[in-house]
Amino acid sequence: MTEATPRSGEAVVRIAGLSRQFARKMALVDVSLEIPRGAVYGLVGENGAGKTTLIKHILGLYRATVGSVQVFGMNPVEEPEAVLGRIGYLSEDRELPGWMRVSELMRYTQAFYPQWDSAYANALCEMFELDKGARLKHLSRGELAKAGLLAALAHRPDLLLLDEPSSGLDPVVRRDILSAVIRTVAEEGRTVLFSSHNLDEVERVADHVTMIYHGRVVMNTSMDDLRDLHHRVVLRSPNGRTEPPRLPGMLSVEIHRGEWSYLCEGTLDAVKGAAAESGAELLEIASPSLEDIFVARAKGTGLPARMVEVGQEVTP
Amino acid sequence: MRLHITPGDGTPIYRQIMNQVKYLIAARRLSPGEELPSIRVLAQELVINPNTVARAYRELEAAGLIRSRHGSGTVVADRGSPLAQGEKDRILEERIGALLAEAAQLGYTLDELVSRVCAHHAEMQDHGEVEKGSDHD
Repeated sequence: MTEATPRSGEAVVRIAGLSRQFARKMALVDVSLEIPRGAVYGLVGENGAGKTTLIKHILGLYRATVGSVQVFGMNPVEEPEAVLGRIGYLSEDRELPGWMRVSELMRYTQAFYPQWDSAYANALCEMFELDKGARLKHLSRGELAKAGLLAALAHRPDLLLLDEPSSGLDPVVRRDILSAVIRTVAEEGRTVLFSSHNLDEVERVADHVTMIYHGRVVMNTSMDDLRDLHHRVVLRSPNGRTEPPRLPGMLSVEIHRGEWSYLCEGTLDAVKGAAAESGAELLEIASPSLEDIFVARAKGTGLPARMVEVGQEVTP
Repeated sequence: MRLHITPGDGTPIYRQIMNQVKYLIAARRLSPGEELPSIRVLAQELVINPNTVARAYRELEAAGLIRSRHGSGTVVADRGSPLAQGEKDRILEERIGALLAEAAQLGYTLDELVSRVCAHHAEMQDHGEVEKGSDHD
């Protein structure tokens, strides 16, 4: 499942063997991840899975104690200016100074970035229907997210890091945010890593999915492979048989009144072949939803499901 | 061209695009030679990753339903091209397979199924739902 893009050699982010411990809790366990230029990575996982910790390593806010992190070929802790100048970052808690007006936020952010594009910033401001004279503390949650995204986009960064960009937003604002992200991807081929609880939005926006569970990367695959290599198989159990047969590549099996519903990994032909050889009657082969795949993956780790909330919107 | 995307229902988004474009062509709401929106424009309109649109267009082109003209966008292919015929055959085969499986499941024999199909067709002709005498090919 290698990326066959011509520029695959150019990894914008290269993380190898990264582990991180906070007190007695392992926040990240041997994480390796490469993000090629122009890719849009969706980072999924439950709260506390390690998504924000991973993003903060890429930003250089945390130093890699075990393993290594390289961004644009540099260590973000050692060369923060060179790295941060090329990153646009929207934090999960939108930590913006409340006393500032929108216009002041734009001027203030501009001071950090020589490549700041004022015309683009103004265009975004208009598109997002932001009142430049309004103080940030008086903005709605949605407006605050838009202001944060404006500040992250207007210097046309090479890498966009979005931590839960649409969490807790109403559908209209969420669409505005996603549209702005899609626009920068479609028009400028920007590299993006965004974390999200919302699998519908990951399916829309990402071309690659990385799933973190209990600090471990349990799945890292292109959206195409994710869709092409996962299948839902429903078998009818023969009379008297209560134990579902094992299928090669099975990730999970659920039992519903005489039917066994599997989630299998593999090519369609391989899965069909395995189902045919199982001895049970094949009722259906279908495409599972992303949510089904993630839940099966999470359960398949054997780790405790503290709160399987993947696929649910979390309103803080 | 107005498409509607529903993420999360199991059908991959690229396939939702393919199905809807196929339907629009079959329903003649898209005619041969008509231009489709560019990948970039459609991606922004539907708020989806441009690669997803690119994949849908690639597979529609491989199926002979659309073709990309160098430097001048993507258009609906002329009808009756050999690939489009192959695609039509494939769709029909798929439906026939499903029908046969269903019929077997419900305990109908092949002869019963065939006579039912003919009876159904005759009934549709009487109601003017299919063209009469359209069974020449």
